[in-house]
Amino acid sequence: MTDAGRIAAIEAKAARMRYDIVEMIAEAGSGHPGGSLSAADIVATLYFDVLRHDPTRPDWPERDRFVLSKGHAAPVLYAALAEAGYFGRDHLVTLRKLGSILQGHPDCLKCSGVEVSTGSLGQGLAIANGMALALKLDENPARVFCLLGDGELQEGEVWEAAMFAPHHGLGNVTAIVDHNGLQIDGACDEVMCLGGVAEKFAAFGWEVRETSGHDVEGLLDALTEPPADPAVPVAIIAYTVKGKGVSFMEGDAGWHGKAPSAEQTAAALAELGSLLDAAMTTMTEGGAR
Amino acid sequence: MSEKRATREAYGATLIELANEGVPVVAVDADLSGSTTTAKFGAAYPDRLINVGIAEQNMIGTAAGLAVEGKVAFTGSFAVFATGRAYDQIRNTVCYSNLDVKVAPTHSGITVGPDGGSHQMLEDIALMRVLPGMRVLVPADAVAARGAIRVAATTPGPFYIRLGRAAVPVIYDDDYTFELGRARVLREGSHVTLAACGVMVEQALAAAGQLELEGINAEVIDVSTIKPFDTATLVASALKTGVVVTCEEHSIIGGLGSAVAEALGEHAPVPLARVGVRDVFGTSGEPAELMEHFGLTGADIAEAARAVIGRR
Repeated sequence: MTDAGRIAAIEAKAARMRYDIVEMIAEAGSGHPGGSLSAADIVATLYFDVLRHDPTRPDWPERDRFVLSKGHAAPVLYAALAEAGYFGRDHLVTLRKLGSILQGHPDCLKCSGVEVSTGSLGQGLAIANGMALALKLDENPARVFCLLGDGELQEGEVWEAAMFAPHHGLGNVTAIVDHNGLQIDGACDEVMCLGGVAEKFAAFGWEVRETSGHDVEGLLDALTEPPADPAVPVAIIAYTVKGKGVSFMEGDAGWHGKAPSAEQTAAALAELGSLLDAAMTTMTEGGAR
Repeated sequence: MSEKRATREAYGATLIELANEGVPVVAVDADLSGSTTTAKFGAAYPDRLINVGIAEQNMIGTAAGLAVEGKVAFTGSFAVFATGRAYDQIRNTVCYSNLDVKVAPTHSGITVGPDGGSHQMLEDIALMRVLPGMRVLVPADAVAARGAIRVAATTPGPFYIRLGRAAVPVIYDDDYTFELGRARVLREGSHVTLAACGVMVEQALAAAGQLELEGINAEVIDVSTIKPFDTATLVASALKTGVVVTCEEHSIIGGLGSAVAEALGEHAPVPLARVGVRDVFGTSGEPAELMEHFGLTGADIAEAARAVIGRR
């Protein structure tokens, strides 16, 4: 596949996932669209290119692992897992409903492909580190990718874990920050200033890369380029737009955790449907634009 | 019963034993590996002791990740930090994902001594007992501690093992085996049931000795598993003796006394007295002084027994 074709294929997956995200949250009547949409390109790039995984063997020992530390963005993970084939797409409409494998936040005991349950913020990176440490002990070449929210960086445990990974030489860990700048109560920097996120990770000893979290080519480079020192973990600061893809959700903290009304859903799906059609056309044409 | 050893002494040594046998144990400690004795395990298996520094939340999170990948992850630190400081990590990551993390801190209870109330954990059994899927073990001596650690290591899912700092008499022989979910009748009696856990088993046995001189025949039960709780043994004893005293180096709220009260309330309502710390924090002092100060000695248990017998 040409690079353009490779990128177009990921973009088509991301467009499909965005459509699914809005559709499933609307059906559920609650959920977190903003941070799911902001992470769609990141998660699509991981699941449909970067990660070595096999949906028919979710416990394949050498699979790369993904930990969704920002567990409230469960819909983006479910959309990717369904699209990849971990479970049937018919499950998507059961999101947040009694008896569903798709809990409000990811539950590894219920849902195939979820490595560990998350939802309480700030915990994913420590878990990812422990997984990476075990892989090293077992001389397993698999890698661990952990997606964090930026608001989540206000949790102290994140920095305990940020200190830990370089100290233990966990070059098999990649942390990705979905830096959309918004949290429930408003702008992160107004609620509790994050300061320079890239500088902070660098100061803790990580190799830091910055990219747009909506530029698939940039994400591919950031996610696949080996670190200069194989014992140094990589932190990717991915600058994103909360609610990306739905014009009236973009950049609005109000869409952190609520479902759209019927009219809003129709408008959002019309926009996302157009984006999906365009992405599919581009992909079919081999990525030419 | 002359030899004295702290339950924590069994920790590092038993982990070495398990690793030698091929159990994939790892230990994650938080700058207290010398005190918890996980450092001994680290000396034998340097790659398998992970020090996270003074970061108990990260200790639990890292252990969780190791467990996700198939390791049997024991965690260290002191009981107060390992449970209270990292409660959400234990709840939402370890228990909610049903991981093989064995939370086994040392320095529980007032027998920590001079460090004082900030370091004397009296609410840990209560905190751990309410978590779905969590098993709670409180060994009475170093032999039982070894048994508890072995059972936890070889039984899937989360465990809490409450270990102590102070040297306590060795009660059990080396052929003892820890039985998960089973309370052990150490001394049969017909007038009162003394149900104890941890360091209070020694005190309950002392109380039984005192009561015997007065013609009161006490049954002593070591409730080494608080959860799953051995309702059958406790109810049978309560129906036989008609009165129960619980004995714990823990708050009387939420711990052994509560577990016994819950079981008896549903199955055998009999007069009950709870010997334990009465809804206050600890304080500095030597362990023996503190046992007297907080009313946790054999004499205190005997007094509670006499009083509760009077309520029959």
